[in-house]
Amino acid sequence: MKLITCPLNGPRPLLEFVCGGELRDMPDPDLCSDGEWAAYLFKRDSTPGVKREWWCHIPSGYWFIAERDTAADVFLKTYDAADIRGAAP
Amino acid sequence: MPHRLLRFAFARRHPEPRMFREPARLRDGYEVVIIGGGGHGLAAAYYLARDHGIRDIAVLEKGYLGGGNTARNTTIIRSNYLTPEGVQFYDASMKLWQELSTELDFNLFFSTRGHLTLAHSDADLRTARWRAEVNKHFGVRSEVVDAAFVKKLVPQIDIACGGHTPIVGALYHAPGAIARHDAVAWGYARGADRQGVEIHQGVEVLGLDVRDGAMAGVRTSRGDIKTKKVLCAVAGSTPRILRMIGLASPLAIHPLQAMVTEPLKPWLDPIIVSSSLHAYVSQSARGELVMGASLDPYELHSTRSTLEFAEGLAVHMLDLFPFLADVKVNRQWAGMADMTPDFAPIMGTTPCDGFFLDAGWGTYGFKATPICGKTMSHTVATGSNHPLITGFSLGRFARLELTGEKGAAAVGH
Repeated sequence: MKLITCPLNGPRPLLEFVCGGELRDMPDPDLCSDGEWAAYLFKRDSTPGVKREWWCHIPSGYWFIAERDTAADVFLKTYDAADIRGAAP
Repeated sequence: MPHRLLRFAFARRHPEPRMFREPARLRDGYEVVIIGGGGHGLAAAYYLARDHGIRDIAVLEKGYLGGGNTARNTTIIRSNYLTPEGVQFYDASMKLWQELSTELDFNLFFSTRGHLTLAHSDADLRTARWRAEVNKHFGVRSEVVDAAFVKKLVPQIDIACGGHTPIVGALYHAPGAIARHDAVAWGYARGADRQGVEIHQGVEVLGLDVRDGAMAGVRTSRGDIKTKKVLCAVAGSTPRILRMIGLASPLAIHPLQAMVTEPLKPWLDPIIVSSSLHAYVSQSARGELVMGASLDPYELHSTRSTLEFAEGLAVHMLDLFPFLADVKVNRQWAGMADMTPDFAPIMGTTPCDGFFLDAGWGTYGFKATPICGKTMSHTVATGSNHPLITGFSLGRFARLELTGEKGAAAVGH
C-alpha cells in the first residue's frame, strides 16, 4: 500500500488519509457576486499536473497540505497548513 | 446457409471482412469533427449521418477505437434513476438499446436480466420507494420487493450478509440488461463508416482554433483541419480539451476500477447492486462475474489498479455470496471517470459557438450511449439543445440549478 508522509505522524498507509480537495481561496460570501460564489463552488481545474491539496490523517484528525502529481500519483511534499498561512487563508 | 459455409470452407482465400475503412490521411476540412472514438462519439456520428444527412464527418481517436471507457465499463443498462430528467433520458436510451442489434445488424449480446438494488436499511428502502414512484410516474418498470423475492430470484445470495448488514428488500427493475460493450463501438463504427463517416485512429488533438467566439478548426498530430462544428466526447480527457478553448467546468477526474473472475457455469441471472456494500455484480455471456465498486477516493489521471480496491470489493462480494471464496479474479482494470458535483452529465451547446460537449459521464455513460448519440447529433445538426438534455447544460452550475442524481447514479453514497 502507498505510504503518505504525514507532517505530524510520519509515514502512514494511504487508508488512514482522506483527501479534502484542492487548496483554493474562498471569496467573502457577503461581498462577492453570485457568479463569483458559483465559480468558487463549481469551477475546477482538472487537467493533470502538480496540485496543492488538503489531506487529513483520520485517526489523529490532523489536516495538512500535500503537493501531489495528479498524473503520476506521487506525493511530492507534505507540510503543516501553518507554513502557507499568509499566502492563502 | 450450410451451402455458403461449405463453399467458404473450400475457398482458397478467406478475406477477413473489415469493420470499417482506415482512411490514409485527414482531409483539410470537415463539416463536423468528433473528438473521441468511443461509443458516444461513434453513436453521434452514426445518427448525424442517418437522421440528419450530415456525412462529411471525421471521428478522431487518440488511441484505438472503443479503447477508453467504452471498453472499461461494466456494461449495465438500466433506467431506474431518481430525477425526472434522468429517468426520461435513460428510458429513451433503453428503448433504443432494445432495437439496437437489429438496427446495427450486429449481435450486441443485449441480454435483459432484471436489476436488483439491494436495501440493507430503512434509509435504503426509502430511496428505493422514491425511485420506484418516480420511475412508475414515467412508465418505467420499477417496484420495491421484499427479501423473500430477492432470495427466490437469486437462491445463492446470503440474505443475512454474514449477519451484519441483512438484506431487507430491494428495488427491482425488470428491464435491467447487459450488453457486449466492444460490439457497441464496432457496430456504431461500421454503421457510420458505411454512410461515409471517416474514422481516424491514432490521431491526437493538439489544439482548437476559435475565431470571434466560434469554432474554426482543429489542430491534430496529423495536420490541421478546418471545421465549424466540433463535438467533444472524451470522458476523462475532457478538462484537457476544455483548457484548449479556455472553458471552465466542475469536472473532477477519478479512476473507476472493476474486475472479473474466472468463467463459471451460468448461475447469476439478475444484476445485483448494493449501495451499502459499495459493490455490484453481473454474470457475462461467457460466465465471468463482472464486478465493480465506487470511485477511487482522490483525483487521478491514470488507469492503474490497486490491491486495496480488489480486497475491498472481494470482502463485500463475499458478504453477499460466501461460496465465491475460492473463485479466482482474472483481470482488474480502471477507467478515468469525469465526475460532476450532481452526478448528472454535461451535454449540449457551450459559450463557444460550434463547440458541443458530451461529458461528465462519470460512472454511468455506457447505458446512455444510444441516446447520447441521438440527442447530441440533433444538437450538433440544429445548433440548439435537444429537449431531453436541457437539464444537463454546462450553464446549470453558474445558475445553481443542479440535477441531483447521486442517489441513483452511484454505489458510493
